Amino acid sequence: MYKLARDTWLVFARQMGLLLRNPVWVFVGLMQPLFFLLLFGPLLKGVPGLGGTNAYKFFIPGLLIQLALFGTLFVGFPLISELRMGIIERMRVTPVSRFALLLGRAGSATTMLLFQGLMLVLLAIPFGLRVQVGPLLLTLALLALIAIFCSSLSYGVALWLKSEDALAPLLNLVSMPVLLLAGILLPMQYGPHWLRVLSDYNPFKWSVDAARHLFAGQAGDPSVWKALVIVGALAVIVVGWAARSFAKAVR
Amino acid sequence: MIKTRGLRKSFRSRKQTVEAVRGVNLAVDEGEIFGFLGPNGAGKTTTLRMLATLVEPDGGEATVAGVDLRRSPGEVRKHIGYVAQGGCTWDEVTAREELVLQARLFGVAKPQARQRAAQAIDAFQLGEFADRHCKTYSGGQRRRVDIALGVVHQPKVLFLDEPTTGLDPQSRAHMWDEIRRLRAEGMTVFITTHYLDEADALCDRVAIMDYGEIVAAGTPAELKHDVAGDVVRLEVDGFAEKAEELLAGEAYLRGMERVEQDLRLYVDHGGSAIPQILRVLDAAGLPLGSIELHRPSLDDVFLAKTGRSLREA
Repeated sequence: MYKLARDTWLVFARQMGLLLRNPVWVFVGLMQPLFFLLLFGPLLKGVPGLGGTNAYKFFIPGLLIQLALFGTLFVGFPLISELRMGIIERMRVTPVSRFALLLGRAGSATTMLLFQGLMLVLLAIPFGLRVQVGPLLLTLALLALIAIFCSSLSYGVALWLKSEDALAPLLNLVSMPVLLLAGILLPMQYGPHWLRVLSDYNPFKWSVDAARHLFAGQAGDPSVWKALVIVGALAVIVVGWAARSFAKAVR
Repeated sequence: MIKTRGLRKSFRSRKQTVEAVRGVNLAVDEGEIFGFLGPNGAGKTTTLRMLATLVEPDGGEATVAGVDLRRSPGEVRKHIGYVAQGGCTWDEVTAREELVLQARLFGVAKPQARQRAAQAIDAFQLGEFADRHCKTYSGGQRRRVDIALGVVHQPKVLFLDEPTTGLDPQSRAHMWDEIRRLRAEGMTVFITTHYLDEADALCDRVAIMDYGEIVAAGTPAELKHDVAGDVVRLEVDGFAEKAEELLAGEAYLRGMERVEQDLRLYVDHGGSAIPQILRVLDAAGLPLGSIELHRPSLDDVFLAKTGRSLREA
């Protein structure tokens, strides 16, 4: 256990070091939700039923989930370069824990996302967003679970495909319907029955629901624990699978 | 230091099974530079990767540094270093950072890891550039960093996959010196190469590999001696097959190989064989393009064992 923690820390520290060497990417990742906040948020204020400062309580949680999805689903790309350069192989011949190779990386992706999420919330406050600290922390916990799930999935698929050219279209193919079926821009209630049923199978729809209830101060809403359980379970499964991919061909 | 028996590995791709390694038996002694020579695709790298715990063998047995490879690969990893073909550093980090990290991944505590990195930087003369980003390094500098990364934890066995491929002659000579220095420190070095001169000049013992099997093994001198004392090379444009037929029965001939229009005759004493060869060809009225006498090279060994020249394989 001590060895796993130490190894994870080593990998994590290395990844964070690489990230901080090019901090510009952390901010580039923030640009997309910022554009939504600045150029789309004001539009929502005019929509009947969502109007007033209420719009941001509806909109920001969705943006946070979107940030979590898009901010971490593509972290597998640099892994493919590392794979090609032999860096992964070099680490595989060391006695380092196979779990640590994944957890350290997923951890750094999660840390970056939490920083971005917090920045987004802080930037939305001047627009009239109000949120309590307790529910905000719970939302960040949910974001962390999503980040661990998406980044591990991305790493696992990258190790499987071993090619950027295959990874990009696959991730786009998957992320687009997932995003649309999450009800980020408009609530799913406005949709026809079949669309709502479909969206019930999307863990991100549950996450968006949960984040909205949290921002509305309703931490006791069943959608909150449901989202945490669903995403948490998915994270555990995918971490197990991706760690095995790291260990593949090596016991 | 390394022993294998019947080590096998096949890969499946698109319903086809490729037997990359078909039963390799090896014994590498402590403190020697052991070379795996063969053309691309002969199974050298796969064998090396199996021994370095990166690929699981399909069958056979192996011990590396006294540890059973198949039963406890984790234990093997503590005693070996491995350097892949091509570089293995990220552009945006310095050699010193990578060396410290690599030592720490092997379980060395931070202060000692720093010390090990400093020692490696001294030993491999990386001081000039060790604190610059890796993307600024030349090919030879990068390769030296790679090897330093492979030995920073002081392994008993070092696996090097084509250590000098793509290097200029000067960097190559430098690399050979580094490898010899590691041997002098008592390390066992296992390299793969497709360079004949590298196998000849650098390796204490060589195993020649072709189509997943070892076709010959020994010191370079032994291998060459086994083929012939001398090699007579004839160029007989247009008549190579005819000449081959005529010469086939000659008593002094230990072997003969034809590579297109080139005939190589393996004989014990070239000086006495040449006049006899000339007489045979003359009697048949065959025009001779050129004739030359040389000591056998590892290429001749490869040719004698496989019927192909390594340069063409």
